[in-house]
Amino acid sequence: MTENNYNEIMKLLCDRLEGVSNSNVQITSETNIISQLSIDSIKLLNLIMEIEDTFDISIPINALTDVQTVRELADLVYKIKSAS
Amino acid sequence: MNLLEKLDASAAARKALLPDGVGAFGIPIEEVYSATEARIGDRRVLLLGTNNYLGLTFAPECIRAAHEAIDKEGTGTTGSRMANGSYFGHRSLEREFADFYQCDSAIVFTTGYQANLGTISGLVGPGDTVLIDGDSHASIYDGCVLSGADIIRFKHNDMVDMEKRLRRLGNRVETTLIIAEGIYSMLGDQAPLDDIVKLKNAYGCILLLDEAHSLGVLGETGQGLVEATGLLKEVDFITGTFSKSLCSIGGYCVSNHPQLEQLRYVSHPYIFTASPSPATIASTRAALELLRKGSHLRKQLWQNCTQLYTQLREGGYLLGPHPGPVIAAIVDTPRQALLLWQNLLEHNIYVNLILPPAAPEGKSLVRCSVNAAHTSEQIKYVGDTFCKLHGLVCSPS
Ligand SMILES: Cc1ncc(COP(=O)(O)O)c(C=O)c1O
Repeated sequence: MTENNYNEIMKLLCDRLEGVSNSNVQITSETNIISQLSIDSIKLLNLIMEIEDTFDISIPINALTDVQTVRELADLVYKIKSAS
Repeated sequence: MNLLEKLDASAAARKALLPDGVGAFGIPIEEVYSATEARIGDRRVLLLGTNNYLGLTFAPECIRAAHEAIDKEGTGTTGSRMANGSYFGHRSLEREFADFYQCDSAIVFTTGYQANLGTISGLVGPGDTVLIDGDSHASIYDGCVLSGADIIRFKHNDMVDMEKRLRRLGNRVETTLIIAEGIYSMLGDQAPLDDIVKLKNAYGCILLLDEAHSLGVLGETGQGLVEATGLLKEVDFITGTFSKSLCSIGGYCVSNHPQLEQLRYVSHPYIFTASPSPATIASTRAALELLRKGSHLRKQLWQNCTQLYTQLREGGYLLGPHPGPVIAAIVDTPRQALLLWQNLLEHNIYVNLILPPAAPEGKSLVRCSVNAAHTSEQIKYVGDTFCKLHGLVCSPS
């Protein structure tokens, strides 16, 4: 995995989050997924399934307890993808 | 935001969904008249939102057994199953559950919620994996979280999706527990157990099936989906509750794996709580006997289910895919669902209101549960009233 891959992950996450968010907040890497984007827990879990499929990885939902911002989610996906 | 302000924020979100004065959640029931009728405020209402599937809440056998137990053994055990809380009744009920499922062992828990917490957290731990249906009950999610295992969801009842996720796990499948439910509590649909069993065998996983809503409802003797599908021997662990068909409170896990017994020593939700009261155990034992012999109750229940399901479908409602004791009208917006729910109550019908995110796919549900004690006239009245009110949920609002 390279920096390019990381940027790709980040871009994809921002696009998908924009799709499911109910708010008009401009999404950046520092956006808080739950509090700023008003995404409920089930929507987030469904989004995780989609991301798993896109990258062909398993993202345990318990790993999300450490995820608040888009950057933290991108880091998690990058870490799992790199290890796979 | 401090801790209390966080609660204020969540209260505000709730109030935005439900205007003040609408007590759809935790509605006060003033008096209970029977398995099908109660008083809410000044109204005598028909109960279509209970889990009393066999209608046994007032069964004389159960009431008598509970009375006798309370007279003989007192109001509570005041202790854990591990210490002073395993009476003759608790152990007998375990033997009766093992016999009912033709299994080697059974464990009785204090609630069905704890049966899932205790079984799941006893079976898996950090480094293991649980593969669960996306529509799993909160007790399954909470059990998984308590266990510390990695939690992976598959799309509800979607076997292609489940296999994809199994494949991705690689050799971690060896320490993977798959969890499904006999009947899902929101839409009343059943798990495709046949396919789940094929996949669990192909990948060498362990399977836990929660029969909370299917116990007493499916199968000739009421074992649940395992009996209806003939797959009892293929399921590793079955959990369930006393709080629905058995009309009391408590939970169980049964299995042919001798390791089940070890759960008594490692499972906190089993150990660190008081055991069910003697009256609870006694009424449950009596109810289990009635359940096993209750094919006439199941027949009546299914007649009622089919009658209401057909009437609602013909009335234009979008329903879950299978008829069954849980019949949920799927509604686009919370506002429509609330309106329908309120109007049903004004017609003296109590049903359950389920709003996002509790309802699947962002929808809202007006959820009925049917029982064997409902008369055909009561069901017809409910069906007619739903049909009369259909206009409330079909226009955009
Ligand atoms: C699928 C499922 N499992 C477990 C439970 C928990 O049962 P109990 O009421 O005994 O805690 C419920 C109850 O709502 C349920 O629907």
